[in-house]
Amino acid sequence: MNPLSRRKLLYTGTAAVAGAAGLVAAARLAEKYGLIPPDHGVLYGTGETLTYACQRVLTTHRPLHEFPRSMISKQPFMNEIGKLPDAFKASQAANFSDWRLTVDGLVTHPLSLSVSDLRALAVRSQITEVACEEGWSYIAEWVGTPLSAVLREAGLKPEARFLAYFSIQPDWWESIDIDEALHPGTLVTWGMNDGDLPVGFGGPLRLRAPRQLGYKSVKFLTRITATDSMKHYGKGLGSASPEGGYAWYAGI
Amino acid sequence: MRVTHWLTFLAFIALLITGIEILISHPRFYWGEVGNVNTPPLFTFHIPSSRDTVPTGFGYVMPDQNGWSRYLHFQAAWLLVLTGVVYLAYLLFSGHLRRNLFPTHEQRSFRAYTTRFGQYISRIEPTVAELHSYNVLQRSSYLVVIFVLFPLIIWTGLAMSPGVTTAFPLVGSLLGGRQSARTIHLFVTIALILFLVVHVTMVALSGFRARMRAMITGKAQLTETELTTKELS
Repeated sequence: MNPLSRRKLLYTGTAAVAGAAGLVAAARLAEKYGLIPPDHGVLYGTGETLTYACQRVLTTHRPLHEFPRSMISKQPFMNEIGKLPDAFKASQAANFSDWRLTVDGLVTHPLSLSVSDLRALAVRSQITEVACEEGWSYIAEWVGTPLSAVLREAGLKPEARFLAYFSIQPDWWESIDIDEALHPGTLVTWGMNDGDLPVGFGGPLRLRAPRQLGYKSVKFLTRITATDSMKHYGKGLGSASPEGGYAWYAGI
Repeated sequence: MRVTHWLTFLAFIALLITGIEILISHPRFYWGEVGNVNTPPLFTFHIPSSRDTVPTGFGYVMPDQNGWSRYLHFQAAWLLVLTGVVYLAYLLFSGHLRRNLFPTHEQRSFRAYTTRFGQYISRIEPTVAELHSYNVLQRSSYLVVIFVLFPLIIWTGLAMSPGVTTAFPLVGSLLGGRQSARTIHLFVTIALILFLVVHVTMVALSGFRARMRAMITGKAQLTETELTTKELS
């Protein structure tokens, strides 16, 4: 072995060790600051983690961009909805007067709220776009109660890191991190374009997360749970989406 | 630096395949901020879709491949961007950009373009000096790919991300909106495919095996036998 290649070997070795140590340190820091998504371990989890970490660092505290009223879509596209269970139809027959949103998990006062309880709590409207992962989009005015107001009412405990939320449709459930949950744009929606939220758009209640793709905005919302980890929900990937092959973080 | 070429190639192929998969879930294109089946399209690909909500005229629906396609599309996009950063740093600091990519002083005329184009058309064999340097058409197309098409494909990609556009709306609105960005993304893809086709054709015409060997091993020198065969042919 000549001296040059030995030196080269030494440099490469040092660089490799430094690189590995750097990666470990970066992963620790990322974990500490909540930059690792629950589905980081799936086949393409590296890209998912990079996207999530970057968007968290750059966009978490940015205000929500809204559109002018003139840009509201005349005919918003009503996506197809899966089969609705009998419990939904029964509640629909009662004009959703018995619909309840359960708020539990890491909160000091678990709640069970009707739609009118939510209306009395706080109201915010926003004109935002629904962007579907398929490529289409529309703009509507969404009226509802900020999720942050619901969580304040329930007394969110500081150790909560994720908010899991569930639909009356058993196979549609999602979760978002606490930063997203507390963002003023995240809304427990009950109104759309000057009326009640139609069933076709997720009424009586839909969780609107306008900074992410449409599939994060779960229709027919029944339950919100604050938790410190998504490990014990489903397969532990964060939501039903990664179990069906889709990314947990849908800010892209 | 040859490794950045092949990483980019790998990322591009992954992006292309997954991009086509994503496209068939909604093969309609629009202009402006919004677009869906209730709004008139700018144009439509008359192919079957992987969603039954899109009217295509076909009586069947393709299987949904969007999940892994989207995961891989963004992972490959990261590979492309990170490789691009390394490559750009190399371009700027090594002098490769100034020396080999910017047209040389005598190439900076319209005439240089037409002359070189004429040489391609009439299949005039390049001189040995030319074999070791890019001509003006090569330099110009590489510059367009590196400094126009790749930045544009990344920008239009970001302009489709709701996380980006709700936080930084100018990223989308400067392009005319989310749907305009999606349409431009498609056109830039087509431009990149055209570049790839021409690039590979040129490589094939100038001796596929020798060029591939050069790009993989870095040994660009033609061997004596190759030079002789070239002279004979």
